[in-house]
Amino acid sequence: MERSTSFAKPYSTRLFVQTVIARAYPRVIGAQREKSWMFFDIFLPLLAVSAYVFVYRAIGAPETYVGFVIMGGAMTAFWMNVLWGMSSQLYWEKEQGNLALYIIAPNSLMAILLGMALGGMLSTTLRAFVIVLVGSLLFEVQFTVASFSALFGTFILTMVALYGMGMMFSSLFLLLNREAWHLANLAQEPIYLLSGFYFPLKSLGFWIAAGASVIPLALGMDAMRQLVFPSGPSLGFLSVPIELGILAILSAGFLVGARYLLAYMERLAIREGRLTDSRR
Amino acid sequence: MSRTATVSRLSKRERNVREPLRSFFTAAWLGWQIESNWTDPFLFAVYSIIKPIAGAAILVVMYGIITRGAFESPLFVYIYLGNAFYIYVGSVMNGVSWAVIDDREHYKTLKYIYIAPIHAPFYLVGRGVARFLTATISVLVTITAGMLFLNLQLDLGTVNWPMFLAALALGVILLANMGLMLAGVTLMIAHHVWFIGDAVAGALYLFSGAIFPLEVLPNWLRPVGFAMPLTYWLELLRRALVGQVAESFPTLSHVSNGQLFGILLGLTAIFGIMGIIMFRWCEHQARERGLIDRVTNY
Repeated sequence: MERSTSFAKPYSTRLFVQTVIARAYPRVIGAQREKSWMFFDIFLPLLAVSAYVFVYRAIGAPETYVGFVIMGGAMTAFWMNVLWGMSSQLYWEKEQGNLALYIIAPNSLMAILLGMALGGMLSTTLRAFVIVLVGSLLFEVQFTVASFSALFGTFILTMVALYGMGMMFSSLFLLLNREAWHLANLAQEPIYLLSGFYFPLKSLGFWIAAGASVIPLALGMDAMRQLVFPSGPSLGFLSVPIELGILAILSAGFLVGARYLLAYMERLAIREGRLTDSRR
Repeated sequence: MSRTATVSRLSKRERNVREPLRSFFTAAWLGWQIESNWTDPFLFAVYSIIKPIAGAAILVVMYGIITRGAFESPLFVYIYLGNAFYIYVGSVMNGVSWAVIDDREHYKTLKYIYIAPIHAPFYLVGRGVARFLTATISVLVTITAGMLFLNLQLDLGTVNWPMFLAALALGVILLANMGLMLAGVTLMIAHHVWFIGDAVAGALYLFSGAIFPLEVLPNWLRPVGFAMPLTYWLELLRRALVGQVAESFPTLSHVSNGQLFGILLGLTAIFGIMGIIMFRWCEHQARERGLIDRVTNY
């Protein structure tokens, strides 16, 4: 009786934090055991991003666009983490037999997803940092940050909205089987295109850019570019305060949506017996 | 006794030819099933179209906003075709190397493949065939979209088809060999580096002159580009498809088509030998360390 009282209550903050740490732990340890990712996940993407810089050089683009590519290339790391490290990971967990264990345990699925994201954050942040640092030095990108606090706040808000969206869409992966991998694969180039990873968002035209604004990285990157490049405001889609306001709404909406959808999809997956079936 | 020995020798010779081919074709069929039967044909077709179109559209938007839509320029044709055919690079290399992760950690069949009479390199290359086929659809869709919507200066009547097909075939063999090298490396690394094929393809994007002429690179980086077989492969494809456009760029203008084929053939042979040696070495290491059936999905 005394022993049982030492367990955290279901959905308590303590259990949430414990779950986050428990899920992040194997990822952090795994990254330490196999360090080859540093070459494949940091050095090689830096070369790929450089290719886009040279495209702009080949067509005689202003140097601001080089900075846009460097920032976009760095932000791909976060999208990849959401896509492969969080959303589609649920599919792999199902294939390994872990997903059913996650559901059986008295913890929050949001905590597990957050643990996955934080566990992969080491490689993600390092990749983004190296691309910004080395890319800026190699290509002599000039940053003019007017307010570091505004830049930091924009980045954090973008990340909250992005990972909230990732959690929301992760719920779909509770139901998916082999198509999960293909759908995640499909969500790369189209998202790079619609979010303006390598060019100003407003180049897409107002209505397409407005539609793409539902992807947090689109507005987040646009706001950050306005804050760090001298000519950023002239190439921005909307003003920074408006973009931050939309990002705040998206953050709240995605987090609430994630909580609701994860619970709904979990019930649906249980009812349809999808949590343990695999390889269809 | 001598008849038995002859039969034995013949069987061995037949085995040397038949087993690799059987492994290759069976793997190709298996790979196609895995790649295509996860959904209905309509969704598969949509999937095959959206991804390459979006990839090409990124470059089109980049080019369009800077040049204000000068799509009739030879540089646009250079970029567009280079990018379209580069789809093969990631697809084939990733197709071959991904099969290792897929079989080892997803289907958990790699250990059974190793205890069956299967020729592993041919099996893995066979698994890459499905990605080659889907990549072919993507390349066709990308080029067709360019011709229909972007006025891509490609006249099918003037294409040197024998040269094009020969260059394409040689390039695919080259890519399969490069994929085999990566498959060997994949045997020794954990699941979280599964994107190795895409990562290497992305890096080679910089050096192969796929989306910009090598003259744009700094002087100290150009030799890397000239050492890459993909540079010659893409040049041959461009010359076969749009000869005049290819000639307007000075990178390889001093090299004849025959010389280009010679260089590509030589480099393909070198990469083929390197691929086999590297794969066998990595495979041996993986067996020594007990990595053939490990699961490393964190």
